[in-house]
Amino acid sequence: MTDTSYSLADLCIAAAAEAWRHDGEILATGITLLPRLAAGLAKLSINPALMMTDGENAFVAEPVPVGPRGDYKVKVEGWAPYARTFDNLWSGKRHAFVAPVQIDRFGQTNISVIGDHARPKAQMLGARGFPGNSIHHQNSFFFPSHGKRSFVAGEVDYVCTAGYNPARWADGRKPLGLDLRMIVTDLCVMDFGGPDHAIRLVSLHPGISVEQVRDATGFDIVVEGEPPLTPAPTAAQLELIAWLDPHGQRKSVFAGDPPGDRRQA
Amino acid sequence: MIDKRVSLEEAVAGLSSGMTIGIGGWATRRKPMALARAIARSSLTDLTVVAYGGPEIGLLAATGKLKKLIFGFVSMDHFPLEPHFRAARQAGTLEVLELDEGLVHWGLRAAAMRMPFLPSRIGIGTSIVEQPGLKMVRSPYDDGEQFLAMPALKLDAAIVHVNRADKAGNCTILATDPFFDELMARAADKVIVQAEQIVETEALGFPEQLRFQPFERSVVSQVVHAPYGAHPTAGGFDYGIDLAHLKAYSASAGDGWDDYRTRYVEVSPDAYLDAVGGADHVRSLQPAIY
Repeated sequence: MTDTSYSLADLCIAAAAEAWRHDGEILATGITLLPRLAAGLAKLSINPALMMTDGENAFVAEPVPVGPRGDYKVKVEGWAPYARTFDNLWSGKRHAFVAPVQIDRFGQTNISVIGDHARPKAQMLGARGFPGNSIHHQNSFFFPSHGKRSFVAGEVDYVCTAGYNPARWADGRKPLGLDLRMIVTDLCVMDFGGPDHAIRLVSLHPGISVEQVRDATGFDIVVEGEPPLTPAPTAAQLELIAWLDPHGQRKSVFAGDPPGDRRQA
Repeated sequence: MIDKRVSLEEAVAGLSSGMTIGIGGWATRRKPMALARAIARSSLTDLTVVAYGGPEIGLLAATGKLKKLIFGFVSMDHFPLEPHFRAARQAGTLEVLELDEGLVHWGLRAAAMRMPFLPSRIGIGTSIVEQPGLKMVRSPYDDGEQFLAMPALKLDAAIVHVNRADKAGNCTILATDPFFDELMARAADKVIVQAEQIVETEALGFPEQLRFQPFERSVVSQVVHAPYGAHPTAGGFDYGIDLAHLKAYSASAGDGWDDYRTRYVEVSPDAYLDAVGGADHVRSLQPAIY
């Protein structure tokens, strides 16, 4: 296998799957294609105890391949109506990996509006379950286009998830279940391991420099020494990813479906 | 036996401008679209709607029925952004109380319990709690923690789509998710149930199907027969989502709206069914893949 035999999507999926490695028997929720594939990969490789759904109302014993299912029979193992999803997440036994539109230095994210809330420049989904998710269980974030429009200076336009910003906490007290874990982008992997949970660079995707990450981020990030390269997916991981995404939908996540190793690009 | 059956028009005639109305279902699943379209055709205005929003929100926004939306999201899942809702918001004409999905649940639960509020941690640390009208409350116990006092979302009326009902209002939701229709109904002074089929009580499949009854009949005010009435959203096991229709509905934002409205809104339920391809077409719609 050569260094260019995996795509950027494959690299990000393998990196994001690590988010659930030590989570044990909890619900893994990956929203949007790439985090969903990452959750499936985690369950099929590093953490088989994970609970997953079919994206609708059933818990499944095996991650459901995305797209048209052909002869595939969904392996239903339980009932997951929304009321139960709320009960589950309020208990803290979940790790969601979601794809917000904006994030700030506190890890606060936005999927609601761009611009003024009373008359938005762009109305998006609304806060959905983000506020509740953010204070009850682990959360990780995926950004397909790492730039200053997504990694914003100041605060996000509408704060949908609580972050490490004591000024917004009631009595300055950290919300019970606030636990931000990982950020995966088209440039790098980050976490919240800096001082006071500051966002820290964990690894660079091959061919990307620290300067590129800094230039694409609207706030300071913590960089400790020379960051390692994001590990290339293994042949076994690539095989599982291909099984989870039989129609190759992941090829459309990044424009032009670039290789994961961009050193030769 | 009590007979709560009324026509679609009679049901809507019992609503008033300025009311707060809860709409059942979730995004593109089991939305009471026949009632929503009938409201869109009516002279009602200045409605406040509480919903886990789907295409009914865009429809009511585009027909000028909405004053305010109390919501956690508006989305059509496979077409994530609802263009008619977006247009109203971006024009600054639709007031909102933006909530977390769980807070909508909690506000409805408070109303259903006749409580003024229920405490919650949800929203703390976010922009949600900064909205006018939301207040905090402190625990009187040793923990002393502050919570959001989520106000009761009291409804003047709720409209929900059920799969089967008898004429007295005993009904079943056979779809895989009852969502929060029960709380919507209990939070409301008046509950209009639109039923895919109205059957004899004996045909509701009790006692085997008892767990599919969302609320007791005393909760129900009126029963409307609305075959294919959830279309273009999913009707549980009766039919799937009409993705092609939702695509056309999405594309109608802007110049195409008048045409869409003429063909699919300002028409009777029978004419609507013909326009979207007929009963056989709707029955043949397969469950969507998520």
